[in-house]
Amino acid sequence: MVTKLEKVDVVVVGTGWAGGVIAAELSKAGYKVVALERGKNQTRDDYIGVKDELRYTNRYEMMQNLSSETITSRNNLDEVALPVRTRKEMMAGNDLGGGSVHWAGASYRWTPYDYEIRSKTIERYGEAKIPEGMTIQDWGITYDEMEKYYDRWEKTAGISGEPDPLGPNRSSDYPNPPMKESPPIKLFKEATKKLGYHPYQVAAGNLSQSYTNPDGEAMNACMYCSYCTQYGCDFGAKSDPLVTVLPTAMKTGNFEARVGANVRRVLYENGKATGVLYVNTLTGEEYEQPADVVVLAAFTFTNNRLLLLSGIGEPYDPKTRKGVIGRNYNGQFNITFLGARGFFNEKKFNYYAGAGALGGVIGDFAADNFDHTNVDFINGGGIEMRQYGSGAIATNKVPSGTPGWGAEFKKNSIHYTNRSLVVWYTSANMSWWHNYLSLDPTYKDDNGDPLLRATLKYTDQDRNIAKFGIGKCREIMEAMGADIVDEDEVPEEFDHIYDGGHYAGGVIMGADPKTSAVNNYLQMWDAENIFVVGASAFPQFAGHHPTETVGALAYRAAEGIEKYLKNGGLLVTRKEVGSHV
Amino acid sequence: MADNPNDLTEYKGMSRRTFMKNTGLVAGGVVGGGLLGGLLTNQMQQKPEVQSTTESGQIQDARVFFSRGQDFAILSAATERIFPKDDIGPGAIELGIPYFIDKQLSTEWGINAKEYMKGPFAVYTTNTGNHNVTKNQDKQGPNAETQVPAPTPRYQSKMTRSEIFVTGLREMDNVAQQEFGESFVKLTGEQQDDVLRMFEEGKVELKGIGSKNFFNLLLQTTIEGAYADPVYGGNKNMMGWKMKEYPGPRASYMAQIEVDEFVKLEPQSLRNYQGH
Repeated sequence: MVTKLEKVDVVVVGTGWAGGVIAAELSKAGYKVVALERGKNQTRDDYIGVKDELRYTNRYEMMQNLSSETITSRNNLDEVALPVRTRKEMMAGNDLGGGSVHWAGASYRWTPYDYEIRSKTIERYGEAKIPEGMTIQDWGITYDEMEKYYDRWEKTAGISGEPDPLGPNRSSDYPNPPMKESPPIKLFKEATKKLGYHPYQVAAGNLSQSYTNPDGEAMNACMYCSYCTQYGCDFGAKSDPLVTVLPTAMKTGNFEARVGANVRRVLYENGKATGVLYVNTLTGEEYEQPADVVVLAAFTFTNNRLLLLSGIGEPYDPKTRKGVIGRNYNGQFNITFLGARGFFNEKKFNYYAGAGALGGVIGDFAADNFDHTNVDFINGGGIEMRQYGSGAIATNKVPSGTPGWGAEFKKNSIHYTNRSLVVWYTSANMSWWHNYLSLDPTYKDDNGDPLLRATLKYTDQDRNIAKFGIGKCREIMEAMGADIVDEDEVPEEFDHIYDGGHYAGGVIMGADPKTSAVNNYLQMWDAENIFVVGASAFPQFAGHHPTETVGALAYRAAEGIEKYLKNGGLLVTRKEVGSHV
Repeated sequence: MADNPNDLTEYKGMSRRTFMKNTGLVAGGVVGGGLLGGLLTNQMQQKPEVQSTTESGQIQDARVFFSRGQDFAILSAATERIFPKDDIGPGAIELGIPYFIDKQLSTEWGINAKEYMKGPFAVYTTNTGNHNVTKNQDKQGPNAETQVPAPTPRYQSKMTRSEIFVTGLREMDNVAQQEFGESFVKLTGEQQDDVLRMFEEGKVELKGIGSKNFFNLLLQTTIEGAYADPVYGGNKNMMGWKMKEYPGPRASYMAQIEVDEFVKLEPQSLRNYQGH
């Protein structure tokens, strides 16, 4: 029997950056907000004294328990998809704050080119530059319109950084100065400068000084302790929803975060959502939470799956190339972070120290910052040198040719522990008609609901852009003075390993309801009181990390939800711009 | 090769005769069927084959997962070949790596408690376990900086990691018997490497998981055992960290982050960090 609860103004699924921003903004505006989180309650206390590489990095303590639910994966439309069974292959956030608690902190604004990629590519290179079958599209919003939301999020999160010399216009500077420059970062910056590029410090959600944000939330200065990516910060020095937007929402008295609440369906009648159905993960009891507005702000996979399970919106069919839910699945995959590793015989670095987003980067080969006339791909990526602060299990890098185990491996892996650095190209991932999300016909979760199925294969675009980036990384690593430089290999095909957590698309935004599921307020074209917030809205990926854009879009959506609660109706007029399928 | 690697009647690596020979308890005419049970019990009370050379931490040197001593002896010998003692420092046995692995296999990780283990399982994984591309974490990918350099299999096995270990170690002994006519633990180091390489290259048929995947799991856990916090039973006395000049968990590296020269700090463990 389903217990029907009292109606609220807004129910939010998920408590990461997307759900957290929505919760904070709407509860501040006086609306009653309930956020449902299927994981457990988590506070800073949970991370004090747990700097344990085995438990967090190698055993994925903070990641989703897959025993009840995962995704299935395949490359081609005619293959049988198989479950992604282990947490080593499927890194998805869990618990209060979601994936935003274990994030590294790298913060990038995406560029005007990213938002209008189709128009700008055609404008500069002609329509023939876009290969047949590539389904990239404009977002239905421009960078100039997004700027104020980026600015807003950077101030809430207390981002520490300096502007990209090649980056887009900014209305104000980062709220905090960049992080410290460690010797490896200095080396990277000197080498790239010498090569004529434009290095700058990666903007970080790891705070360079103590800071109080506009909502009154205080954060501490980062200690460079290195237990950061895949860890929660025990010092309140990494900006995440637990130290920013969730406490802000709590203070209003209008907000409740309900943990152990696994949403199974969006309830939907006559073109509108009436609420959601969820299961208490500890007791198995089912509840209906009615609401005026339903916000899906969970991970990309969950946002897509809930819409498909609930029968809301037309599922994308690759055969007809029609339908919108599941369309343009994209993200950062193993082909995204390829580069070059350098081994230094004379230099030793304090590589055990670091922070998630501590690093240097150049944007010279990002977006459309360089001429693509004579290259066989579009878009680009940042070239980064990061100093995460490596644990002892992770630092076993050896020059190629060294055996993978035994005496020589031991000798080299110990020798090079503090003597190797890596530079990589965060190449963009474009969307294609054959990459999409759907429900799996075979595998089910604990409730008997079908798992989500991902279909993705690499194209020449992916392999060419990666190869280009590896060449640039080698050039930089040689300029840095490495004695041995090893290049990463370009994989032929996607390997079904979902690490890094940057998966996007499927509920994409746009101006035309034929090729997008949500408008530029992230409001569903087919259901005006459902807002789908997060990376699921990206029509394609950019050449930089996604979190800041997720945060900025959440502020945009919050503004839209408030407008909707006041006036109702579709916030954007439908525009049939012709499809590019 | 036996169809079922768990088939005890076909377990060539540890026939009753070999067992008696190995234990050094064979005395003409003394051993009768009825005595076997008692002898086994006695054997359990003998000095363990793998003994820590260090004083502290011995309380952790007992098996909590492997029931057969012989399985554990094979594991110890194999990990020592993967991470041998040399003039840089201790090897797997001295670091307690076999005990680390033993303990890991009885955790939620060892029994795949947080993995998706529902069927159907792909039938074409019967021989190889891994029908698809493997990813070498050392060569590519977003976590190349934070992962052990052992390839990741596309896990499609019904077997848990602890089941894979028992099956794999026993098959290693079978292969040792077939190739060299001796139990794995009795082979020379080079012969043991040959057996390990056969597994590494996927040349041995290992039902349900594939020998390559078993080898990668063995490699991964051996490296983890050398360098994980000593609280898990490996990295004894932080000797793994000392070899690497790794300082262990600390509240802050503020004083080291901008320094040009390498700053060597005495390692501290979670025990120090949590303030015991």
